[in-house]
Amino acid sequence: MILPAAKCGACNMQRYSLFNLIRQSLGYHRGWQSNWRTPAPKDHYDIVIVGGGGHGLATAYYLAKKHGINRVAVIEKGWLGGGNTGRNTTIVRSNYLYDESSALFEHAMQLWEGLSQELNYNVMFSQRGLMHLAHNEHDLHEITRRCHAIRMNGIDSELLTPRQIKQRVPMINLNARFPVLGALYQGRAGTARHDAVAWGYARGADALGVDIIQNCEVLGFDIQNNEVRGVHTTQGLIRADKVGCVAAGNSSVLAAKAGLKLPLESATLQAFVSEPLKPMLDSVVTSNTVHCYVSQSDKGELVIGGSSDPYNSYSQRGGFDQIEHVVGPMVELYPVISRLKMMRQWGGTVDLAPDRSPILGESAVSNLYFNCGWGTGGFKAPPGSGDLFADSLANDRMHPILQPFGLERFTSGELIDEGAAAGVAH
Amino acid sequence: MLLIECPWCGQCEQSEFHYGGEAHLTRATPESDNTELTGFLFLRSNVRGDTAERWFHAAGCRRWFNARRNTVDDRFICTYKPGQNAPQETTDA
Ligand SMILES: Cc1cc2nc3c(=O)[nH]c(=O)nc-3n(C[C@H](O)[C@H](O)[C@H](O)COP(=O)(O)OP(=O)(O)OC[C@H]3O[C@@H](n4cnc5c(N)ncnc54)[C@H](O)[C@@H]3O)c2cc1C
Ligand SMILES: [Zn+2]
Repeated sequence: MILPAAKCGACNMQRYSLFNLIRQSLGYHRGWQSNWRTPAPKDHYDIVIVGGGGHGLATAYYLAKKHGINRVAVIEKGWLGGGNTGRNTTIVRSNYLYDESSALFEHAMQLWEGLSQELNYNVMFSQRGLMHLAHNEHDLHEITRRCHAIRMNGIDSELLTPRQIKQRVPMINLNARFPVLGALYQGRAGTARHDAVAWGYARGADALGVDIIQNCEVLGFDIQNNEVRGVHTTQGLIRADKVGCVAAGNSSVLAAKAGLKLPLESATLQAFVSEPLKPMLDSVVTSNTVHCYVSQSDKGELVIGGSSDPYNSYSQRGGFDQIEHVVGPMVELYPVISRLKMMRQWGGTVDLAPDRSPILGESAVSNLYFNCGWGTGGFKAPPGSGDLFADSLANDRMHPILQPFGLERFTSGELIDEGAAAGVAH
Repeated sequence: MLLIECPWCGQCEQSEFHYGGEAHLTRATPESDNTELTGFLFLRSNVRGDTAERWFHAAGCRRWFNARRNTVDDRFICTYKPGQNAPQETTDA
């Protein structure tokens, strides 16, 4: 007995609900449909998005959902979320120093807060709180300044004393080589399930008519009179009125195909997970000074990361020395984990901008847009970036929140220097 | 960890070196306009594949040199002294 599940009113999507779960269980769960179709590319789309990560898929979703533009294709050379979206350590926060960043990341945060409902897909968003540790006088001044700046922008931010930190994180060693003197805390920050973000947006976009085309690499652009007319792919020419490149670490490679250079460098960022443990850490703890950060997944694994490997690379694998740089401070801060075994280690290719802020805007080729430069910290942003980038593509102008993030800032000098000021650890 | 061939000291571990980014950039001058400055300061080829880059032997002879490296598999193709052009042959270091 295969039962059709109740559909959502506006589209063909099978909804996930208790009612549908019970209904499907009667048919031994053989009636669930796949989350998205596998269509052959059409000749022409209004908008082609290159890159099926969280940012690209979210852009397509909001184009269809909020702007009624559904002649849209997302073209992915591998599989959905196979880039950094499926490789990150899932930290979501909105406590940035500058007003421009606050506006962008807080917009994303507010969308995260309703995302599972919006997508009818459990993205496991868990607002478990995040601490940035301070280890010296300078750090204390810096987090105090940042705390106030964040509050001035109406975003939650607190300073914690060592005692409060110890209460929240009993396993921490406050008297480490670089002692823990305080922390900047955002209670609404947390983690989410990274695959679910890609899959949830893909399912939602597909249901609204977006074509998701996997295993199709964009090889170049069809450019006439300095205007983009389509993309050359491994499945042939696909024409488009506008093209949005959302390809993270491979953005420079795409830009070169259009004769452009971007202010980006691609490097490997690694992460590791430990064997599963009983619950021992119910918030995210990061340190820019000794550069390591940790959270505990729902499966019990410690999810650990640090800074990127020091040289440009597209290899998606890093060096052992970088692992040592992360594990050393981890063991010093949390001596209890010293005999813990690591189960998996991996790397992703992150696109680093000189000021460590993302780049969103139209390029020198008209109708060819870029959404990149999210570097080591863009998992927190697909809802906000997708929503605002879609709005910009639909209306042929950058959304006011995105205007400061254009390429022009590298000529005007109006950098959004989160890199130097806030030490952006994820 | 990578093993890097310093043109003066021979093969040493990567942790002795600092990375210096893209090699053979045309430096900006006091006469450069904003576009040239942007190019020099910020725009990078960021090549996927065979690229020329600068390294500094920080914990060794403390000299700068250049290298050709493939950024897809991270293998060094060759290293060479500053002022020299990138050797074209692929003498695997
Ligand atoms: C180890 C690690 C840990 C991280 N931790 C965090 C964190 O805790 N918090 C946080 O906020 N951020 C974190 N990040 C950063 C975050 O993962 C990225 O900024 C974000 O996922 C980028 O999303 P995206 O959609 O732009 O890129 P991606 O998910 O990388 O998607 C780009 C897609 O484009 C495709 N593509 C590329 N070239 C082509 C082409 N020519 N044709 C077709 N398709 C192409 C790729 O296959 C890829 O799927 C981390 C990153 C890494 C690597
Ligand atoms: Zn040397």
